Amino acid sequence: MKSTGIVTGIISNLVTVEVNGHVAQNEICYIDLGGTKLMAEVIKISGKNAFVQVYESTRGLKQGDKVEFAGHMLEATLGPGLLSSSFDGLQNNLETMEDIFLKRGEYTKPLDHDKQWHFTPSAQPGEKVFAADWLGEVMEGWLHHKIMVPFSFDGEFTIKSIAPEGDYRIDDTIAVLTDPEGEEHKVTMVQKWPVKIAVGGYIEKPRPYRVMETGVRCMDTLNPIAEGGTGFIPGPFGCGKTVLQHAIARQGDAEVIVMAACGERANEVVEIFTDFPKLIDPHTGRKLMERTTIVCNTSNMPVAAREASVYTAMTICEYYRAMGMKVLLLADSTSRWAQALREMSNRMEELPGADAFPVDITAIISNFYSRAGIVKLRNGETGSVTFIGTVSPAGGNLKEPVTEATKKAARCFYALSQARADMKRYPAVDPIDSYSKYLEYPEVIEFLTERVAKDWVDKVNRTKNIIRRGKEVADQINILGDDGVPMSYHELYWKSELIDFAILQQDAFDPIDSLTSMERQEYMLTLVLDVCDTHLEFENFEECGNFYKELINILRQMNYSEFKSEQFNRYLEQLNNKLKK
Amino acid sequence: MTTKAFQRIYTQLEAITKATVSLRAAGIVNDELASVDGRLAQVVKIKDDIVTLQIFEGTEGIPTNAEVLFYGEPPALNVSEDLAGRFFNAYGQPIDDGPAIEGERRYIGGPSVNPFRRKQPSQLIPTGIAGIDLNNTLVSGQKIPFFADPDQPYNQVMAQVALRADVDKIILGGMGLSNDDYLYFRQVFENAGALNKIISFVNTTEQPPVERLLIPDMALAAAEYFAVDKNEKVLVLLTDMTLYADALCIVSNRMDQIPSKDSMPGSLYSDLAKIYEKAVQLPDGGSITIIAVTTLNDGDITHAIPDNTGYITEGQLFLRMDTDTGKVIIDPFRSLSRLKQLVIGKQTREDHNHVMNTAVRLYADASNAKTKLENGFDLSDYDLRCLDYAKEYSTRLLAIDVNISIDEMLDTAWELFGKFFSKAETGIREALVEKYWKE
Repeated sequence: MKSTGIVTGIISNLVTVEVNGHVAQNEICYIDLGGTKLMAEVIKISGKNAFVQVYESTRGLKQGDKVEFAGHMLEATLGPGLLSSSFDGLQNNLETMEDIFLKRGEYTKPLDHDKQWHFTPSAQPGEKVFAADWLGEVMEGWLHHKIMVPFSFDGEFTIKSIAPEGDYRIDDTIAVLTDPEGEEHKVTMVQKWPVKIAVGGYIEKPRPYRVMETGVRCMDTLNPIAEGGTGFIPGPFGCGKTVLQHAIARQGDAEVIVMAACGERANEVVEIFTDFPKLIDPHTGRKLMERTTIVCNTSNMPVAAREASVYTAMTICEYYRAMGMKVLLLADSTSRWAQALREMSNRMEELPGADAFPVDITAIISNFYSRAGIVKLRNGETGSVTFIGTVSPAGGNLKEPVTEATKKAARCFYALSQARADMKRYPAVDPIDSYSKYLEYPEVIEFLTERVAKDWVDKVNRTKNIIRRGKEVADQINILGDDGVPMSYHELYWKSELIDFAILQQDAFDPIDSLTSMERQEYMLTLVLDVCDTHLEFENFEECGNFYKELINILRQMNYSEFKSEQFNRYLEQLNNKLKK
Repeated sequence: MTTKAFQRIYTQLEAITKATVSLRAAGIVNDELASVDGRLAQVVKIKDDIVTLQIFEGTEGIPTNAEVLFYGEPPALNVSEDLAGRFFNAYGQPIDDGPAIEGERRYIGGPSVNPFRRKQPSQLIPTGIAGIDLNNTLVSGQKIPFFADPDQPYNQVMAQVALRADVDKIILGGMGLSNDDYLYFRQVFENAGALNKIISFVNTTEQPPVERLLIPDMALAAAEYFAVDKNEKVLVLLTDMTLYADALCIVSNRMDQIPSKDSMPGSLYSDLAKIYEKAVQLPDGGSITIIAVTTLNDGDITHAIPDNTGYITEGQLFLRMDTDTGKVIIDPFRSLSRLKQLVIGKQTREDHNHVMNTAVRLYADASNAKTKLENGFDLSDYDLRCLDYAKEYSTRLLAIDVNISIDEMLDTAWELFGKFFSKAETGIREALVEKYWKE
């Protein structure tokens, strides 16, 4: 018997419900507004009163309206067909909504229940299985979508029967499992899981040991992110957070990409809707959209569903991870989610923490980041969720609660700098402030040594040092003047500029420059470091500056040319001739 | 609003604060309008049988036995073609002595467009101002504010942009507009002979500040009517959004909410986003473009109002006085149009992107040279050329009084490159240099 209740109070989207029966924290309920059902979530219970946050506008709601509780938390529906779909934060399918405007109380099914999928069993009757074990697979695009024992199945089950190879709908029974008590459970291709709880079903979560390539030089070369790692990109507005994130989404070396547009601009999501179906995945040659799921709750959509959107996205990622896939989750931006929590906490009249954010914001953020990771499955395969979130610090000040909380949770930090953006040096990732903790992991160093080059990490550290020295001498030159410093200072400065222009800066809108393979990154960095090592003599600082500017120009032209093409080699020759003189 | 038969009347107030009154009432609907002692009010809180109303004009002089009438509906606007050419107040009532508007009654602040049904903005909106067209190109369906100090001519620039833009309707939402500025807009629109395509919703400084909270939703309800129902291209002008945010601040303060940064309500981001995100390119050709004004306090963009705005809008146009040339310019460093990549090099010449970036980079070199000069250091030959270039660039391209076509802007930029720099110093892709370089 499900509990019911009536509305007794309304402040914006916080509604008080007098409950008749039992309710659970985070339980979903539906408020009946003249026939329209508004979805809401219990966020506090006090005596007979449940406080619920409504995922829709509460306009027109009145005291005495009826409420029905659903008996479960907010759940994600998981099954074949998630890829290339677009959902809102509550996993309603946006594509199947007819109207131009989002109608209140209109909820659509996340998956297509009529579509036939070709199922191939991989398990045999009589086998003992646990939650998340693979029973068979269907082809979703070019991906082997595993049909698994539902995550909610607790303990050891025995396969009683399994469907033969053939076409099935997601709701058809494809296996019958018996639990230790002998009770039978039907398994279909679709399962549900509460989004706020991390999906388990793996044996261990080792430290990340592989690097995930993105084709973005300032990340891959200087501060690589590990597969199964976490990173975040804070930056004031206008510094290129979204451009950078879209570049990672287009080029990231992952099999599945989930983009959570959380409280950001709708036109940015439209850009994905428009571009991704046309763009080609550089790793597989397939359409990008085929490996992408979009969960979007843009800034004008109901605030309460923002929080749900990041959890829904993460749950979808964990689902694909359990199939042994490399998954990349991009969330833009986690600050908006934190702000949604703040609005709610404020309405509930909780005592505020710093900047009026709820006091447990740090715990909530680290808990969320901890759901990423590379995992070893029971069958020996590995799967991973790599998570990169953006943060929009108020006033561009990195000393605000959300940035600080995220810094504690994420292992890579890509600081976007206003100064670099003002100089149009894109991507505006600050090479000195940013870091990747993974470069300190012995297993990652070993991986890079094998994958890229023997002395790669040394080269990277040398590069960083040249940049750092360049920054120091630039400050000196600014204080003492061009004439007030020795010649060597000018050389140091220009070497760092050379690295800045040839390696760090990258044109995200140029078809060639935007994506740099690891081979090319290795080649270019070695080339640039060789130039830096070349002993040169200059008469005066102007000659020095002009010489390096010409080198920079040649290197930039190389970046715009196809790797090792005739044109590329011609510029290379120019560069060598220049250096010989 | 006329009295209707079913209206419920109450005459016993339980509590009165500066902005709200509370009373016992039954069957009241969240967000509905009411009148308290003849003043317009809106339901903001219901707790058991106590209903709290926010009074737009303030509660001065309201007695505990004031008459309270509930209207049974949220704020609404009558929409029809007759809106064109008219002036209204924050409640959507005519202030131009014309007749009331007959038409379909629509609640303002309606639902959002399904992001999946939106189309990507793709129509360039030329303005003739190079600081905009060349460096920060506008696209239909975009939302972009001017960031300006209060002493800058932002309303004039905005009116100029509006009249040059190729759109079907212009809707002005004036919040806390001084009476002089209101009359300025009226006069400019009349002189341009464009009055029949302009609709204005105006709250002047003489009216209560809280009223202006209704202005953007009124303006956008009208915009949605023309863009969605009539498939028209609509340009919405909102000035000044800082005063709108100040009104939000007043309300939240009076409702005892915990303030966040700069004493603004914690929901400021969502409140502003709800307005700006109404900008849209619709599948059937209609569009809503929003150009707003956010006044700054001494150029400070870290204040909560411009900061939150910048995260929502698709760029910003930053007005600044250039002391070297004595002109008001569109600052190329702080300004940005996020949607420009959708049109530049596609609807404009192939060299647009490179020319734009190079011109700005050289201008940045000039500002470094200027710092050196101010610190008393010798300037190199390159520095001196940069400084000369900056002056011409500022006068001929950045100044807001420029009015030329985009091709002319590009040619002007190439001319300046050729005049002051070598080919290598520009670092532009060789194929383009060969084609466009001017000695």
